Amino acid sequence: MDFFHNHILSVVLFTPLVGSLLALFIPRENENAHRVLGNVFGILGFLVSLPLIWWFNPSTKGFQLIENLDWIPSIGARYTLGIDGISFLLVMLTTLLGAISILSSWSAIQARVKEYYLLFLLLQTGMLGVFMSLDFFLFYVFWEVMLVPMYFLIGVWGSERRLYAAIKFFLYTLAGSVVMLLGILAVYFNYSKLTGGTYTFDIPTLLASVSQSSDAFRTWLFWGFFFAFAIKVPMFPFHTWLPDAHTEAPTAGSVILAGVLLKMGTYGFIRFSLPLMPQGVVARQRIVGVMVALSIISIIYGALVCMMQKDMKKLIAYSSVSHLGFCTLGLFALTPMGLSGSVIQQINHGISTGALFLIVGVLYERRHTRLISEFGGLSTPMPSFAAVYMIITLSSLGMPLLNGFIGEFTILRGVFEVNKTWAAWGVIGIILGAAYLLWLYQRVMFGPVTNPANEHLPDLNLREQATLVPLVLLALWIGVYPKPLFRYLDVPVRQIVERVNPGYYPAERATAPLESAPAGAPGAAPAAVLELDKHPTDSHPSPSPAEKE
Amino acid sequence: MQSHLFNPVDFRLILPEVQLSLFGLGILLTDFLLEPRYKYWNAVMAMLGVGFSGYTLWQLRRPIADQGDIYGFSGSLLVDPFFLFFGFLFLAATALVILLSVRYMEIEAEHHGEYYSLMLFATVGMMFMTAGIDLIVQFIGLETMAISFYILAGFLRDDRRSNEGALKYLLLGAFSSGILAYGFSIMYGMTGSTNLRVITAEFIRRAGSGMDLLVVLSVTTVAAGLFFKIAAVPFHQWAPDVYEGAPTTITAYISVASKTASFALLLRLFQTAFWPARPSWTLLLAGVAVASMTLGNLAAITQSNIKRLLAYSSISHVGYVLLGLVAAATGPQVNVTGLKAVAFYLFAYAFMNIGAFAIVIVLRRQGLIGDDLEDLNGLIQRSPSAAVLLLIFMLSLAGVPPTAGFVGKYYIFLSLIETGHYYLAIFAVLYIIPAVYYYFRIVAHAWMRESTDPVRPVISPAQALALTVTVFVSLVAGLYPEPFVRLASYSLFLPFTPVGR
Repeated sequence: MDFFHNHILSVVLFTPLVGSLLALFIPRENENAHRVLGNVFGILGFLVSLPLIWWFNPSTKGFQLIENLDWIPSIGARYTLGIDGISFLLVMLTTLLGAISILSSWSAIQARVKEYYLLFLLLQTGMLGVFMSLDFFLFYVFWEVMLVPMYFLIGVWGSERRLYAAIKFFLYTLAGSVVMLLGILAVYFNYSKLTGGTYTFDIPTLLASVSQSSDAFRTWLFWGFFFAFAIKVPMFPFHTWLPDAHTEAPTAGSVILAGVLLKMGTYGFIRFSLPLMPQGVVARQRIVGVMVALSIISIIYGALVCMMQKDMKKLIAYSSVSHLGFCTLGLFALTPMGLSGSVIQQINHGISTGALFLIVGVLYERRHTRLISEFGGLSTPMPSFAAVYMIITLSSLGMPLLNGFIGEFTILRGVFEVNKTWAAWGVIGIILGAAYLLWLYQRVMFGPVTNPANEHLPDLNLREQATLVPLVLLALWIGVYPKPLFRYLDVPVRQIVERVNPGYYPAERATAPLESAPAGAPGAAPAAVLELDKHPTDSHPSPSPAEKE
Repeated sequence: MQSHLFNPVDFRLILPEVQLSLFGLGILLTDFLLEPRYKYWNAVMAMLGVGFSGYTLWQLRRPIADQGDIYGFSGSLLVDPFFLFFGFLFLAATALVILLSVRYMEIEAEHHGEYYSLMLFATVGMMFMTAGIDLIVQFIGLETMAISFYILAGFLRDDRRSNEGALKYLLLGAFSSGILAYGFSIMYGMTGSTNLRVITAEFIRRAGSGMDLLVVLSVTTVAAGLFFKIAAVPFHQWAPDVYEGAPTTITAYISVASKTASFALLLRLFQTAFWPARPSWTLLLAGVAVASMTLGNLAAITQSNIKRLLAYSSISHVGYVLLGLVAAATGPQVNVTGLKAVAFYLFAYAFMNIGAFAIVIVLRRQGLIGDDLEDLNGLIQRSPSAAVLLLIFMLSLAGVPPTAGFVGKYYIFLSLIETGHYYLAIFAVLYIIPAVYYYFRIVAHAWMRESTDPVRPVISPAQALALTVTVFVSLVAGLYPEPFVRLASYSLFLPFTPVGR
């Protein structure tokens, strides 16, 4: 038990890998054995991550449950794992969605079953590694390793244009990450220059060391890392891989792609890009301006494109562009509300959009088409499906008492503090979101059954219910009582805001009424804040995120 | 460097080469006695030769540890960790290719003893290229290797592509050797010696007096001759044709052993005589490197023949290695990271590239050459293990973690950033993207296309052994590179310090 406690992150990380190694030893003809093995390890992966809920202490600063071993001493790379509140939530989301999407593949995957489950479990390990790594080298390895199984999931089990979509996904993501590699090396050398020849890839140490560097260097770094994360999120104009990948991927692939893979981009922004932001107000504002503009374009453009889609899966894919735009908008408001809202919204998006892809998968398995025009009036033959789909639609468009509302509201509240126009654009995005999601629901579910092929579609079976119901329950729970989630975010979010927006907290205390305090607002920052920004170390020591117990 | 004549103690320094030569000659003698179906004994003999040579080489490690670098034969040979490292690399490559050859040459119906003895002679040449620090020794080593390769490339006598490739290789190779010899003659003319230590001292003296046209001329001609051997742009045209025409085993051998040996020679020359003049050649090398990466990567995209594709990709790999040397030569002091990067990269490249060719070799059977992309279709169904190995080799060649190729590229980038070559680093990094594209075309054929060909490839035990070794190194050097990094650091050959100071 002690071993389990001390190495809980490694256990969570490598449980899926063990499953995929075991799959190697089962002959490929025995397809059901592979299905059982995949599901057992999917669920086991979720179960071993449950103790984290008790062992992770949300009120402790810095990273927890750290594991630290030598790996490549000659370059200073170590095997370091650890989580804070943000990565905790994302790890839980990954293990849950992993188990659910593996379950959803039972009957959808009929060809080359062995490789499918093997690669899926491998993908789980890769994604978990990204969220847990506290060593840049390790992080980069996981970041790239995860591409390969995803490439195969799209390319082997996808639909017609799968080869094109798979390589497009691979190349796009790779293009971003190789530029990030240069950024990582730049930080690495910067540190060794500062310390006179000590090499380390430790993420907290390196990020802390950047605070002594010039703003020009930090701006370069920011844009170096930007491409990797912006492509992953994806932000306009780097989003073009996403509709292809989503549309061509098998259902479970889309669920994981939307639910977890895109979060790696936003996670990267939170973990790396925000701490790398330049200290000077002008340089920072310039970056915030670009990021917010791209986020708003993503929100509006994604929503408008959704309106025009004929393919359900493509529609949901573009809706991800729009929803993730909210997440990045919240991040770059640089307020605690915006940041926590953004993380909550990432979780919500994983739940709602994951469920929406499952829903499309349910229809696709029955009809082998995803065209909206092929459906209509499905609520008659499939009543419980209609109910689940309705709840998920409402959750995705931000209905109060469901999870989407909590995230979007918190983000808008955080953005509003800074700039009312930005918030107004966000609201337009929400309205458009409601429009395309409800219109989709109406076209698919309501009215008479026009297509005879739809008349006797079977309702959800037990397995499909098992995949969808947990997500519905989660959506309700977060919508009604989100406090436990926010509790995990308070400490890490405060740490980040104190660092990137040092003017925020003192300004808030000085000018209490909310209306008159566009605190830390770019452009409206009071002179005192400007002064603080110039000498961050004098009166306002920038907190070191290197605190690791 | 006294002018004493032959010293019997020196003999142990060339014992590895002597053993290889004796076994090579022995194979020529015993080949007559073997009936066709026992021809594999030639391969066993060759492996024995490699084994003995490797053992002797391993024994040399002691005296080096005790007394440092050992000079022999009136200062014309240098036995140092650099030589040991490359010697082992050549022997490993030779052993792997021998293992892959037996079944392949039987299918080709060209299973002769000469094949193996030529491989051993080529290895001898490579070892002398690396050990020699005298222009004559180096040149003779180079020619021994090159002539063996000319014959090996044309070993399939009834195949027109093989003949064409060999002739092209011979003509262009002879031309480039001429250029190299011309460069050597200029160096001799300037210094009156063929010994690199004497030449280096003289070049250091000359470097004090500003730009020197003769030095630049010798650097350029020597570089041109060597660029041909390593197939760097613009001296690369022979590579795709020779790679395509030669027996696949020999293609693997040329692409790995000949290239590494020529790099070893290049490092020896550029870190001794040409080192003082490095401001005049870093730009040249950087330009050639970028051109090689550009042409190699872009031309590989459109190839439909795997051997041609790998030929172009190997041109781009040369570009990466040259960048490591550029980084090493930047700044007043030698950048050790750059040299480590070169050593590690060549090491990783040797194993992953032989592995990639091994898959093509395994596909060869009566009536199928197996070098067309279409021949790979549905490999995952026909031979899952071959498809998985192919994936690992392609990932490694493309430089995706966690493979040896990634760590090699990583070190190159590291040295470039360390020495401030940001633009070169960006070039080098972005060329990973086309590389992944064409390597994954191969993977896509093997994994995602339906098979048109029901025959399962047969892997002989020897080939299985070679594949195991190559995949082991490609993966382990990526997952736990520490021992391999130490090996690379051990092998460093640092520029000579000025004599007499």
